[in-house]
Amino acid sequence: MEFDVVIVGGGLASLSAAIRLKQVSKMDGREISVLVVEKGSEIGAHILSGAVIDPIGLDALIANWRDDPESPLATKVEEDAFLFLTKKSGYRLPNALMPKLMDNHGNYIGSLGNVARFLAKKAEELEVEIFPGFAATEILYDEQGRVAGVATGDLGIGKDGSHHGGYTRGVELRAKYTLFGEGARGSLTKQLLAKFNLAANSDVQKFGIGIKELWQVKSKNFRNGLAQHSFGWPLDSQTGGGSFLYHFDDNLVSVGFVVHLNYSNPTLSPFGEFQRFKTHPRIRGVFEGAKRISYGARALTEGGWQSVPKLTFPGGALIGCAAGFVNVPRIKGSHNAILSGIQAADAVAAELAKKNPAPEFTAYDEGWRASPIGRDLKPVRNVKPLWSRYGTPFGIMMGALDMWTNVLVGKSFFGTLLHGKPDYACLKPLADVTPITYPKPDGVLTFDRLSSVFLSNTNHAEDQRCHLTLKDASIPISSNLPLFGEPARLYCPAAVYEVTYKDENIKSDPQFVINAQNCVHCKTCDIKDPAQNINWVPPEGGGGPNYPNM
Amino acid sequence: MTKILVPVKLVLDYNLKARVKSDKTGIDLTNVKLSINPFDEISVEEAVRLKEAGKATEIVVVSIGPAKAQDALRSGLAIGADRGILIETTEVVEPLNVAKILAKVVETEKPDLVFLGKQAIDDDSNQTGQSLAALLDWPQATFASTLVLEDGAVQVTREVDGGHQTLKLALPAVVTVDLRLNEPRYPTLPNIMKSKKKPIATQKIAEFGIDITPRLKVIEVHEPPTRKAGIKVKTAAELVDNLKKAGVL
Ligand SMILES: Cc1cc2nc3c(=O)[nH]c(=O)nc-3n(C[C@H](O)[C@H](O)[C@H](O)COP(=O)(O)OP(=O)(O)OC[C@H]3O[C@@H](n4cnc5c(N)ncnc54)[C@H](O)[C@@H]3O)c2cc1C
Ligand code: SF4
Repeated sequence: MEFDVVIVGGGLASLSAAIRLKQVSKMDGREISVLVVEKGSEIGAHILSGAVIDPIGLDALIANWRDDPESPLATKVEEDAFLFLTKKSGYRLPNALMPKLMDNHGNYIGSLGNVARFLAKKAEELEVEIFPGFAATEILYDEQGRVAGVATGDLGIGKDGSHHGGYTRGVELRAKYTLFGEGARGSLTKQLLAKFNLAANSDVQKFGIGIKELWQVKSKNFRNGLAQHSFGWPLDSQTGGGSFLYHFDDNLVSVGFVVHLNYSNPTLSPFGEFQRFKTHPRIRGVFEGAKRISYGARALTEGGWQSVPKLTFPGGALIGCAAGFVNVPRIKGSHNAILSGIQAADAVAAELAKKNPAPEFTAYDEGWRASPIGRDLKPVRNVKPLWSRYGTPFGIMMGALDMWTNVLVGKSFFGTLLHGKPDYACLKPLADVTPITYPKPDGVLTFDRLSSVFLSNTNHAEDQRCHLTLKDASIPISSNLPLFGEPARLYCPAAVYEVTYKDENIKSDPQFVINAQNCVHCKTCDIKDPAQNINWVPPEGGGGPNYPNM
Repeated sequence: MTKILVPVKLVLDYNLKARVKSDKTGIDLTNVKLSINPFDEISVEEAVRLKEAGKATEIVVVSIGPAKAQDALRSGLAIGADRGILIETTEVVEPLNVAKILAKVVETEKPDLVFLGKQAIDDDSNQTGQSLAALLDWPQATFASTLVLEDGAVQVTREVDGGHQTLKLALPAVVTVDLRLNEPRYPTLPNIMKSKKKPIATQKIAEFGIDITPRLKVIEVHEPPTRKAGIKVKTAAELVDNLKKAGVL
């Protein structure tokens, strides 16, 4: 099948690009056919975010969205709070100290999944073809090596490779231009970065893992519109990350924890840190008598300004977090995802209007640094490198200072700092670290991973090939286990990876087990495996989590 | 030739955990994935297979519910049904009233067969097919696990306690389908695309002149008690002790 534009992924970046293309098509009175494929069972099923949302993106995309009866954002941020936690206590930083860039005034708290659902409805009204339940698994190239579309995966291939009952061949979706909006660490994006050497002139990409729970709390503990962030405990001073806790809508609290994936201690469990965080005396009160409704996890990009690769290549471009437009100190990327979708769409539409459209619509790559996206990312570009170098809290203070100088004098004393090693190369051997142990969950405030994954409604068709592929099947046991204790057991938020022994006591005959059906598609294993041996590929379309309001 | 009517319902997707609304009046269905009832998917699949085998001529899917119930119709159309009828209402329609409305649809559509799921996975009522057969005074076979269409008759095997029972019904007839009847296909992307162009006729429920006031009143909906974490016991004596304490022995 042939389209003008095929868009991979149904996140905010993709849906915004689709909507913009159709807006231009209506305005100019010319036909532009647009198709979106999404691997989740419905739009929003795989979207997980905080989320405090800066409306700059929505404002640029949809006029009067605030007055829409179906507007997904009802809660405005009323109060910002920044906490620095120590083991027993915590300090609230005076808001006056915070650089203006961090102010959440005018922003909204909501579910990004529901924003996606809202945008999907708008897109369908504009006749965008949206196909949830289909993963793009292959990039199509023409004879000149130009991207010519994508193919969706076959359905109904068993573990042993045989076809069963409902076997259905994937389809080729050919397009004049293909936009990749796969979010952080896209599986096809990864291939494009390599094939077109897109990151040749940029710094390494950095990532974090964000784990989130949605709670319904008692009214007396609910403070509508409070956006609270913390750093410090339970992470040590060398490990970057922190929490977010947002009060919104009907007594809902969205609470989550981000751990920067350049952590060095292989015995660290991001999930364990999150659970422990909730037990802090300054935090636990919120959850008294409350009910946990949902759970999930997702990687986010943290490289920022200096890590954004070249965005275009013959036949297509990267948009949203596939390119990496997250503002780390603000932990916000959704507004830039929307803006990048719009910018890419404008460039594509301009190219399509030409008599002889060029293979590459370079205007998009040339324009973003001077656009609102660049203006958002540039002043905060040194926060993450400073944090990585000088730890918590000193690195954060330097970061804050640097943001102030950017605000006040419009530049940084540091120039642009680099990030150093990629995340997978940051682990220290087991022998060089003090192992971290985590308290047992109480089943009320803290939980284990399996009962958590249960709340993510994760499901994969049973008899299918494992989508967590190992380049070398021996590495987990032969090298990752002795060197690092196989950290996949701990960084995976869904307990997908296990090492089992024939005799647990003497640790004989270790086996690496992959419970692929639990995977919530966060992509952390693809990023953090020290041997870069795990390659995440999309499972059968429709598989994965089914997040309701995340 | 044979025309088949397949009623379908939009329900909370079977992968999702139902969450009770905070006011305990029902299940929270806002922003959650709703899908075609899995048993209805099986009945559409069976009808489409009959059509592909040249034994059925037309397949009509019908749904009673809010505008969103269109999605269930589209799922049926993507599997291969020919057209849809949406009977719009935002009210709760109990199984007997559903059957009464369907009986009216049968009057105008004049199908030879009505395939229904044996039950909808949201309320598990398991009444609509039987009520419809009674209202129409047609033969019925419930819980079909195999189905063979012959000239003017349908042969249905049903799973019953202790074995299989095979029935032969003269057409027109009502059949409700069970899980093992078939494995529904994955709708392909081109077929989903085509399904968006297939016709759906919309009618208001009031046009049927049937009083749909519920006869049942929901007093309260609450979640099943959560299972407490188990404990490991070291000896049989300890097990017996604990069972006694729990009042089981
Ligand atoms: C824990 C956490 C908290 C955050 N908090 C905030 C916040 O408060 N405010 C904020 O603005 N931002 C926040 N962000 C960042 C924000 O979520 C992202 O910037 C944003 O989601 C990026 O949008 P996107 O459309 O680029 O990608 P995504 O939202 O990741 O969407 C990508 C979509 O593409 C689909 N997809 C991927 N690959 C394929 C494929 N091969 N075939 C088919 N479909 C595919 C995915 O299933 C997904 O639906 C947070 C992120 C995390 C993880
Ligand atoms: S297997 Fe990988 S992608 Fe899946 S949940 Fe675990 S870490 Fe995330």
